[in-house]
Amino acid sequence: MPEGSTKDGIGASVRRKEDKRFLTGSGRYTADISRHGQLHVHFIRSDHAHANIKSIRTDAAAKADGVVAIYTGEDVAADGIGGPICGWVVTNRDGSPTNEPPHPILANGSVRYVGDHVVAVIAETLQQARDAAELVEIDYEVLAPVVDLASASEGVQIHENVPNNMYFDFELGDEAAAEAALAEAATVVELEVRNNRLVPNAMEPRAAVAEYDPVDEAYTLFTTSQNPHLTRLVIGAFMLSIPESKFRVVAPDVGGGFGSKIYVYPEEAVCTWASKKLQRPIKWTADRSESFLADAHGRDHINKVRMALDANNRITGLRVDSLANIGSYLSAFSVVTPTILHAPLLSGCYQIPAIYTNVKGMATTTAPVDAYRGAGRPEATYLLERVMDAAARQVGMDPAEFRRMNFIPKDAFPYQTPVALQYDIGDYEAPLDKALEMIDYKGFEARRAEAAKRGKYRGIGLSSYIEACGIAPSAVAGALGSRVGLYESATVRVDPTGTINVMTGTHSHGQGHDTTFAQIVADKLGVDVGQVQIIHGDSDKTPFGMGSYGSRSLAVGGSAIAKAVDKVIDKAKIIAAHLMEAADSDVVFADGKFTVAGTDTEKGFGEIALAAYVPHNYPHDRLEPGLEETAFYDPLNFTYPSGTHIAEVEIDPATGVVQLVDWACCDDFGNLINPMIVEGQVHGGIAQGVGQALMENAAYDENGQLITASYMDYCMPRADDLPDFKVDYTVTACTHNDLGVKGCGEAGAIASPPALINAVIDALSPLGVTDMSMPASPEKVWRAINEAGKAQAAE
Amino acid sequence: MTNVNLTLNGKAVSADVPDNTLLVSFIRETMALTGTHVGCDTSQCGACVVHVNGESVKSCTMLAVAAEGAEVTTIEGIGSAESLHPMQQAFHENHGLQCGFCTPGMVMSAIELVEKNPNPSEQDVREGLEGNICRCTGYHNIVKSVQAGAQKMGG
Repeated sequence: MPEGSTKDGIGASVRRKEDKRFLTGSGRYTADISRHGQLHVHFIRSDHAHANIKSIRTDAAAKADGVVAIYTGEDVAADGIGGPICGWVVTNRDGSPTNEPPHPILANGSVRYVGDHVVAVIAETLQQARDAAELVEIDYEVLAPVVDLASASEGVQIHENVPNNMYFDFELGDEAAAEAALAEAATVVELEVRNNRLVPNAMEPRAAVAEYDPVDEAYTLFTTSQNPHLTRLVIGAFMLSIPESKFRVVAPDVGGGFGSKIYVYPEEAVCTWASKKLQRPIKWTADRSESFLADAHGRDHINKVRMALDANNRITGLRVDSLANIGSYLSAFSVVTPTILHAPLLSGCYQIPAIYTNVKGMATTTAPVDAYRGAGRPEATYLLERVMDAAARQVGMDPAEFRRMNFIPKDAFPYQTPVALQYDIGDYEAPLDKALEMIDYKGFEARRAEAAKRGKYRGIGLSSYIEACGIAPSAVAGALGSRVGLYESATVRVDPTGTINVMTGTHSHGQGHDTTFAQIVADKLGVDVGQVQIIHGDSDKTPFGMGSYGSRSLAVGGSAIAKAVDKVIDKAKIIAAHLMEAADSDVVFADGKFTVAGTDTEKGFGEIALAAYVPHNYPHDRLEPGLEETAFYDPLNFTYPSGTHIAEVEIDPATGVVQLVDWACCDDFGNLINPMIVEGQVHGGIAQGVGQALMENAAYDENGQLITASYMDYCMPRADDLPDFKVDYTVTACTHNDLGVKGCGEAGAIASPPALINAVIDALSPLGVTDMSMPASPEKVWRAINEAGKAQAAE
Repeated sequence: MTNVNLTLNGKAVSADVPDNTLLVSFIRETMALTGTHVGCDTSQCGACVVHVNGESVKSCTMLAVAAEGAEVTTIEGIGSAESLHPMQQAFHENHGLQCGFCTPGMVMSAIELVEKNPNPSEQDVREGLEGNICRCTGYHNIVKSVQAGAQKMGG
């Protein structure tokens, strides 16, 4: 831990400041907000995966009780309303740009997925809006759906400007070098994996409340967003042409995001647009079934992997050819997720001299797919850690030792990978060793034998991951196609009485920023955590910031706060020097006190704060009054959390049920500010990865109907599906931010799926099973056991 | 419209509501107590759990008229910021919540679980909370919280 830790400063597991409002039912989520005179909107969504709209008849509905307005795509077009934009695009292999089709907020002529927004019915009550929606008649000309990712390029063309249903065709690395390595390899390992499609399922469904003030000619939108400033920018500048200065976006308490609340969606734009047209506040709250249909989904890749090993089993090359399902429209980060956030991670923790990858982003008539906890990095980690196990099996090595011998050694940093990234620091053996010890790896074969006596197959599986977090250096992001900067902002406002307000451009939707960020400030200023108030989520209160995703809040947002606090200290030192009649350079600040070095003359932080606002005796020739500083921090590099997760499972051959019996992980997140909160993030991430590996799957039928559109069909991890997790850490401090932090929010979800699937395959390996797709459902596992049994019997 | 009379967090309340009003809508909209949440539309997630005559009920599965005359307790009725219920305190001390959205239902389910089983094992808690989905915590710290809450409640 850094020096200067106080009992509730950096490194302390301070209990969360935000808990009480949530525990007493006083949290203020968007759906809890009601405005005087508000109307309710209900969206009629497409029942078809792909169709032309021949006509929409709304006359009967318009006369129904309580109906105030009914809007269709024609109304949107007539008002010149734009659609959500893609925030990051890539250049294709042939130098051409990403194909970007239009995305109207209400369908204009065609629908492209089940759940697509067609009609907005606005009424005095939600029930009236729903009842009236039943009276709207829509005549569709049904078109062929495009559902299967592997054959999407052969399907009917979904967008006029997206030939072969391919949005982009991205590559990274040296194809010739990778092919040469494969040609010269002693061993070539081949694997095809499917990264199953997921629905993020934050527990709070999306919602929006918009109102227009005709006196100020200004809008306010309350919305379930991870990044209110981006929402303001996109809706204001690109969709509704509202000056940013006349548009306040508030993301109040938000009940989880996991990526799905980064993007601007049609519903919140419709609410904002209609609030001015109707001069009444407009409220919308999603049903869970709407969330399933129309929240951006996650993952959905097919990856063909070829890995080259030399005669000593060292990796010499890697080639990955991927198809990424992008869905019906380009959501904000849909292009960057399977490309820039994916391809550069293919080196993992390993020395791989030659890497090449090609990723084709495909259009299908399914919901848009975008970043979901981990975003591109789980897909990279999954294919890499699966092929690492396959390689170890193929050459007859222990998977832990095969990883160890191929790790980038700890003295090789900074390490330049062949896929663009330069890792600043790491030590991959330390967490591997610790995790192996935590789970008693050496004792595993005895546990396997004991389980076999009980008729169970027991397996163990590893995953050693790296991720690129702290998104992102703006110049690098810009060069790679980002349309935004990815710095973060903070204002630290010291009040005359010494209390402190911190306005951050990040957003907390479960991560505990109120506490972690307050600890940073308290630690640096030597004040109590209770004196520090963190304010986020309101574009009128906070400086322009980019929000929370990509494990960036602490590494980028926390660094901005630290920088702003440093500016406050620098100014306060000059005030203190003036008051103590000392030279600036003689003033030392520690433990909340300014002292003149070598003397017992001192001033408390509170005294300086008061002097800044009551500047009677003040260095007016050098300083302005007041004690408030703003900092923008643009990171110099990504951060690189890493570690090893190990899963142990038992499989019942009679039912195919995979029971997760033990979990050990050791992560290197750099310095920890609040270990309790970090551990909670790890637990939650693992649970989501376990969900992906064993239970969750968003499945469309051949007609493009989502057949897993409720919690009855989409299997969410519940308390009795999971064990206690053993969690520990090693630390290599990030070298390029002052806090030495890397980020921890996504690690669990990135690391865990391959560990689990590797464990399942290991459990079934005595039967000759070498592959298992996600989710490893009881049916699939049972079939694998029985097919293997038949094969063995036949031999 | 039907006139509904019930006791909500110890106070007698009365309102005319459409016959098809769910208890959760009555609580959230008619009575403006927004601590009880709606996380799904199939009675699977448990964010809306309240106590009706001392029993945990998913308030999205019950019509308001069916609670006529009942004692209904919501998250707002079990403790306050100044004086948390022992179970709320245990969730705070054990980091049993993150985004807070499932928390009210989780706490209400946990209280009933402990009232019926004052000294639950880890497995009892995991099985007992099967009707409540949390997407943030991985349940690890929720289980710890419920066991600690059980101790505090006198188990």
